[in-house]
Parts: sequence; structure tokens; C-alpha cells
Amino acid sequence: MGRMSADPKISEYAHPERLVTTEWLAEQIAAGRVGGPDGIALLESDEDVLLYATGHIPGAVKIDWHVDLNDPVSRDYVDGEGFAKVMGERGIRRDTTVVIYGDKSNWWAAYALWVFSLFGHDDVRLLDGGRAKWIAEGRELTRDVPTPTPVDYPVAERDDAPIRAFKDDVLAHLGKPLVDVRSPGEYSGELLHMPDYPQEGAMRGGHIPGAKSVPWARAANDDGSFKSRAELEAIYLTEQGLAPTDDVVAYCRIGERSSHTWFVLTHLLGFPSVRNYDGSWTEWGNAVRVPIEK
Amino acid sequence: MSAVSDTPLPAPLAEIADDFRSASNDLKLQLLLEFSDELPALPERYAGRLDQFERVDECQSPLFLTVEVDDGASLEQREVHLFFDAPAEAPTTRGFAGILHEGLDGLSAAQVLAVPDDAPMRFGLAEAVSPLRLRGMVAMLGRIKRQVRAKTAT
Repeated sequence: MGRMSADPKISEYAHPERLVTTEWLAEQIAAGRVGGPDGIALLESDEDVLLYATGHIPGAVKIDWHVDLNDPVSRDYVDGEGFAKVMGERGIRRDTTVVIYGDKSNWWAAYALWVFSLFGHDDVRLLDGGRAKWIAEGRELTRDVPTPTPVDYPVAERDDAPIRAFKDDVLAHLGKPLVDVRSPGEYSGELLHMPDYPQEGAMRGGHIPGAKSVPWARAANDDGSFKSRAELEAIYLTEQGLAPTDDVVAYCRIGERSSHTWFVLTHLLGFPSVRNYDGSWTEWGNAVRVPIEK
Repeated sequence: MSAVSDTPLPAPLAEIADDFRSASNDLKLQLLLEFSDELPALPERYAGRLDQFERVDECQSPLFLTVEVDDGASLEQREVHLFFDAPAEAPTTRGFAGILHEGLDGLSAAQVLAVPDDAPMRFGLAEAVSPLRLRGMVAMLGRIKRQVRAKTAT
């Protein structure tokens, strides 16, 4: 089987094995390679908890960022046992190829991919353009929900340090590159939340000192797909002056939009040392006596 | 849940709340999807006139709503009508709107104003959709009551 998309845009990226095209996915589905014990696992991860049920790509299984990946009590992700359960009941083994897609230019898909990476799941990819591009191309949707045969997924210890930053890590990081991926109004402190989104109760507006403002959407085309490597380099390297050797922390409001940017820097541009600060502004903007720049 | 008030819900809304509370999480989502699918489209007279609607920003996807209150001698005699608009890509938001439409449309202004503000917490939806997402329904109910109050103020 074609292990990767042979798409010329994708082959330019630093880690082309992390992204697949809608064409490639459609071929895999047509060839019967999606689902089943040895097939590709296709997961839909949306902001809207009901969107999957209104129609999804054939063979896709739902994963919900909030209900499945967050700890129900503490503000944290599930632990190794919890993750093994989420994966096992979806028929996913440790060596299964997982393709994730979702709404909103793949924010929540990138977020799920990042959480999968905390647990070291090796082969996890995004569908370029996500749900919107698949639908815009007139491809098939179904309301049929697959029933995967549960398997044993090993309990893997979550390894936060390489790709996840906590507030203390960010305090220690001040002076090194930070990327604020929120809207310009949130960055400047005029808005305490995303335009169009709930007021999520930050006590202070502004940004972490020294953070560069690079709204996540600049990395996306109108159809939800990622911009080409050359276009991304023009933004992050030429314009923002980041270097692939930099130690970078990205943040937003709760860590979902910055997962998108984390994916861009890590997998499309090949930065080896990028962390997502998932506490983001809902933690920093509420924390006592942390420095804030406006 | 012990944190909710004991103010009763109006009968149609109470019935919906019972249906949800007695359902499994999967069934709750299915019910919510039915409310989303069945949310009435805007009548012709509102076509293209979303500027006359109030935008509810607390929902994850924007929702527009407006309220009409019929004439009548007292709040008990003035009937309330609700109109919502939300895109098909926002089924959860549409589902919340559908619940409020079926539960409140056609009630009197007095009955709508008496709906407790914590009504959205009485559907057992927090575990199924996450408490964060429920804020949208709380905000919709707040706007509906505020519009009814404004439109019956004179």
C-alpha cells in the first residue's frame, strides 16, 4: 500500500509522513484499508461534540477532545490507563497508523494528535484540510457508526516534558522564543477571549512578555489545508526570525489553536524543540504576579 | 445534582429534561441531534434579516436569536415566540436552541420569565457534552429572558 501521500506539496515538508491528502484517504477507503484489525484507524476530532453524528467520513470513529482526552476532574489529560482505554476500544494498537481529521481547520484534530504524541503513539497523521475540505470536494459522508473490535493497547506512560510546557517552564523560558497564536485583539489585551467565542474568564489581558504574535490561521489556506513549506518558512523564519534550532513555546487560550502551530513548526518545518503551553492564556491571564506585556 | 435550584420548570421543558436525564450519555447525544435536526427554519419574514437578531457569543459557534411577544392584557396572557438561526456545522448549538424552542415557544411571558436561570443544568448534559459547552445554553436562556423582559416593559 502507498504508505504516504505522494503529493508534491506534502513531500516538501520536514516530516511528510505526518500529513495525508483527501485523495490518498479516499483511495485507502476504496481499497478497504480503513478500519478493521490491520487497517488504518480514522478518527474525527471536532470542537462540536455532535458534528460527527451529523455525518462523517466512512469508517471514521469519533474521538472527543473533552470527553475522551481530558481528565474528568483535574485540568490535565487522561493518564496511561485512560489513554489505553480510549485507543483499545477504538480497535487501535500501538503500531496502528492513525489518521485524524476535524472541523475548524483541524484545530481539534491537531490537539488530539499532540495528545497522542504525549503518549508516544508513533504513527499519527492529519488529513490536510480536515472535514471542510473533504466536504467541499463533494466526497462521501455517512451517519453509519463503525463498531471496531476492541483490542489491548499497552499502558504507555505520558511523557510531557519534550512537547508540553507548564507555567513554571514558561517562566524559566522567558527571553527565549514564544509564539502567541491568538487573534491580534487577544494578543494586545483588548479582548479577553477569542472573537465570537465565550468569555472564558481571564482576569488580565495581554500576552506573555516577548511573545511574537503569529495568529494560527496564517498557516492555513482558505480551504483549511496547510500552506506550503515555502509559504510557512516566509512567515516563521523570514518574517518572525525564528530558527529551526530555537527552543520555542507556543500558546493560545487553552492549547488547541497552538497545537495547530505546534504541528506546523514541528512536523511541517522540522523544528525539533517546540512545546505547547496548554495552560495558555486561561492560566497565565489568571495567575497571580506573572509578568504580562500589553 | 444538588447545586441546582428547586424552582420548577414549565411543563414542556420539564418533560424534555426528564427525557434527557433518564437517557444514557450516547442516547443524550442522539436526542440532542434530533433537536438540532428539528430546529425550525426561520419564517420568510426574517429571511436575510439577521441584523434584527441578537447574537449569542457564548456559544461555540455564533447563534442568532430573537423573541416576539404577542399583545395581551397581562404577562400571563402574552404568548412568547422564539426564533433561532445557527449553521448546520454547529449541531450542538442548534440542539440547545431546539430544546429551548420546544420547551418555551408558546408559553406566556410570565412563564418564560419564571424559568430558573440554572435550567440548562437540569438535563444531565454536563457529562455528555462537557460543562464548558453548556454555557451556550445558559447564555441563550439569559438572552431570551432579557428580551422578553424588555419587550414587556412598557
